[in-house]
Amino acid sequence: MATAKLRLNGNEVEFTPGDTILQVAWRNGVKVPTLCYLKDCTPTGACRMCLVEVTGARTLVASCAMPAAQGMEVFTDTEKVHRARRLAIELLLSSGEHNCLLCEANGECKLQEYAYEYGVSAGRFEGTAKHYPIEDSNPLIIRDFSKCILCGRCVQACNEVQVNRAIGFGYRGAEAKIITTGDRPYDQSDCVFCGQCVQVCPTGALTEKKAKGLGRPWETKKIRTTCPYCGVGCQMWLHVKGNRIIKVTAVEEAQPNRGRLCVKGRFGYDFIHSPERLTTPLIKENGEFREASWDEALDLVANRFMEIKEKHGPDSIAGVSCARSTNEDSYQMQKLFRAVIGTNNIDHCART
Amino acid sequence: MTNSFADFDKAKMFFVIGSNMTEAHPVAASFVKNAVNNGAKLVLVDPRRTALADFAVNHMRLRVGSDIALLNALMHVLIKEDLYAKEYVQTCTVGFEELKAAVESYPPERAEEISGVPAEQIREVARLLAANRPAMLIYTLGITEHTCGVNNVLSCANLQMLLGNVGFECGGVNPLRGQNNVQGACDMGALPNVYPGYQKVTDPAVKAKFEKAWGTELDDKLGMMMPAMFDGLIDGKVKGMYIFGENVANTEPDIRHVEHCLESAEFVVANDIFPTETTRFADVIFPATAWSEDDGTFTNSERRVNRVRKAVNPPGQAKPNWWVFKEIATRMGHDWESNSGQEIWDNEISVLAPQMAGIKFERIEHDGLQWPVPDLNHLGTPFLHKDGCFTCGLGNFKAVEWTPPAEVADDEYPLVLSTGRRLYHYHTRTQTGRSGGLNDLLSEETADISLDDAARLGISQGQKVAVSSRRGRVEVTAKVTPQVPPGMVWMAFHFREGCANWLTNPVYDPVSQTAEYKACAVKIEPL
Repeated sequence: MATAKLRLNGNEVEFTPGDTILQVAWRNGVKVPTLCYLKDCTPTGACRMCLVEVTGARTLVASCAMPAAQGMEVFTDTEKVHRARRLAIELLLSSGEHNCLLCEANGECKLQEYAYEYGVSAGRFEGTAKHYPIEDSNPLIIRDFSKCILCGRCVQACNEVQVNRAIGFGYRGAEAKIITTGDRPYDQSDCVFCGQCVQVCPTGALTEKKAKGLGRPWETKKIRTTCPYCGVGCQMWLHVKGNRIIKVTAVEEAQPNRGRLCVKGRFGYDFIHSPERLTTPLIKENGEFREASWDEALDLVANRFMEIKEKHGPDSIAGVSCARSTNEDSYQMQKLFRAVIGTNNIDHCART
Repeated sequence: MTNSFADFDKAKMFFVIGSNMTEAHPVAASFVKNAVNNGAKLVLVDPRRTALADFAVNHMRLRVGSDIALLNALMHVLIKEDLYAKEYVQTCTVGFEELKAAVESYPPERAEEISGVPAEQIREVARLLAANRPAMLIYTLGITEHTCGVNNVLSCANLQMLLGNVGFECGGVNPLRGQNNVQGACDMGALPNVYPGYQKVTDPAVKAKFEKAWGTELDDKLGMMMPAMFDGLIDGKVKGMYIFGENVANTEPDIRHVEHCLESAEFVVANDIFPTETTRFADVIFPATAWSEDDGTFTNSERRVNRVRKAVNPPGQAKPNWWVFKEIATRMGHDWESNSGQEIWDNEISVLAPQMAGIKFERIEHDGLQWPVPDLNHLGTPFLHKDGCFTCGLGNFKAVEWTPPAEVADDEYPLVLSTGRRLYHYHTRTQTGRSGGLNDLLSEETADISLDDAARLGISQGQKVAVSSRRGRVEVTAKVTPQVPPGMVWMAFHFREGCANWLTNPVYDPVSQTAEYKACAVKIEPL
């Protein structure tokens, strides 16, 4: 595709017609802050954080929504730009109750990050926070509108990414609010709890109920893995503190899910911590299970299989492998049946 | 899948048949919806008005089990109106004349009688498919879980080959796998006819290869498929049964029959992470590590081998399943070297399965690779049969005839029960039932019925009803919904109470031995 050129902070850079200034900047390693920008979605220019100076333009421009043009001269880091960003942050801080102490998003909040980076504190403007009750009537997602900056990322995640069409902007002007149809709580709406809105929320307005109080981002390690549910094989981060998974998020830019998860993938992780887990080998005696050592149970199984094989032949033993466990486990089980027991009587539930 | 999920949001045309993607594969469905929002056309073939219907340009609400009649009629129109991909058919396929002869007897008017889909609508869809190529054909268990499941699949392949849609990006025949590693379990040879990598147990050269690799003699006759294993427990052919992580007592058709089989076993061993309805029948239960407690790989529907990683320690004395099998082997006189998921993959699987030769753990640290990956420099195969060059040579049309489900509605059981999965649960809820919140979102099974049937039978929303078939009877809550067409009851198998499998019919496709979960006759009475 044809490329064009513009000057970015004095350096000549190439771009493909159709790119926005923001895309060109990021691709060239120039940091431009954003709150409302959501990759692959329609740019909204709502947050005013990505403002840049373009020579000849009447005002600062929102780089997320402005297409790059041949010969354009762009500055991302001028005093004028910084002043505008600081003002935007100040206004956002004054429009809500941004108390980081108890906020679940502390440490991964973009507003907090930019306030710190640009040295902004609340207080210059009189607070205009609306006092909405926190909505936590559903089991998975907490909605706290006092921390909502109306960036609209959740709306885009719901409508443009997952296309579940459960939320949108409601009311007007200073009354504006993210709503479901009829402004009902999530659990009485069309919401299907994919949690994509939580994943993209840049503040603490949308947080995961199950993760509440279990750990701060800097206390957790992130381990990449593959979802244990359907056959799509979504890539996910397990957020682990100690010996516990406290949260799951999607891996951005990873195939095949590219930052998306569904309700089961995002919220169906804690079964592994259930107190009902089997924790010791069990042997049935007189109709009741009793605990046994590994050696006793393994010896018993090996001996019984050898007896049955001896008496009735290898084909009198059959095995059903597991379509949920790993390849390595299934390989090993079919090898046990073929190489050790001596039969091809191995199958699994693909057919049933 | 012949193709990749990455194709979905780039595709221009979809033909989705027997797949309730938004509930069973929500993330895959999201990419289909993205494509539709960008102008792609979607034809949906499903008796139910599933959520994807809102995105469909054409929804063919066929009767349960009439897929082949409908697909043959689409092909009939494509051939009659000279709309099929002639050059592709000529150069890339064989068997066209037989196909043509077979679909000749499926004019849309006949298909309308069988499927209930208006003849004119069938013609419209055929023309739409001809005008928008390639289309991605996506199917799920609505195709396979029939006594004619294999023929259903062949029909899907026939349609796509006739349209010249196989072998291209954004085309192909794409079955979505229902479980995280059902693809992998097949790839690994947890099947009675093939070793890892689909190498036939009856092939002497393959047998010799595995005998050398495993240092032991191997058997060259086909093993039993699952239904035969269970029946074997009753007639005494099978004495010992090893069940690894499957809750067969809830998932197989006709629960009473399955439980009778398990009761008849002489010796049952189970590996599992929870006590289940199935482990009740075990003589020995081994406590296993769960997902996120061990290192290994899953293979997804698009043949992508992805890493799964250990994040936490298993509870108590739970051990990896591969370790349990290795320990039993040791006690039966076989010493196996590999001692971790990585060693098993790198040193055995990728050495023995030619499709996996280029996949090693170090190559799939980030995104996985899609097999076939024949060597260490190969970047994987996003779509199969490139440009219509089929791996088997030429694409083989297999003409098939429509056959009805084994059990159809009659005076005594006047409704058709069809079954499947719901969004908030997975299988028998061993996992989702123990994950906070999911049970709150869906806490019981329902019998989904149409407004017509509800009115006729005097059943109101939320009322308790009894659903019975020739196999059993369950009491569940009625959910009256426009999703379901008149004459159908739709249920899932997530809850033991009210599990559809008390009712389902244990009859199987003669080739695949897949059960007819999608169709049996039932009656429903208000309580």
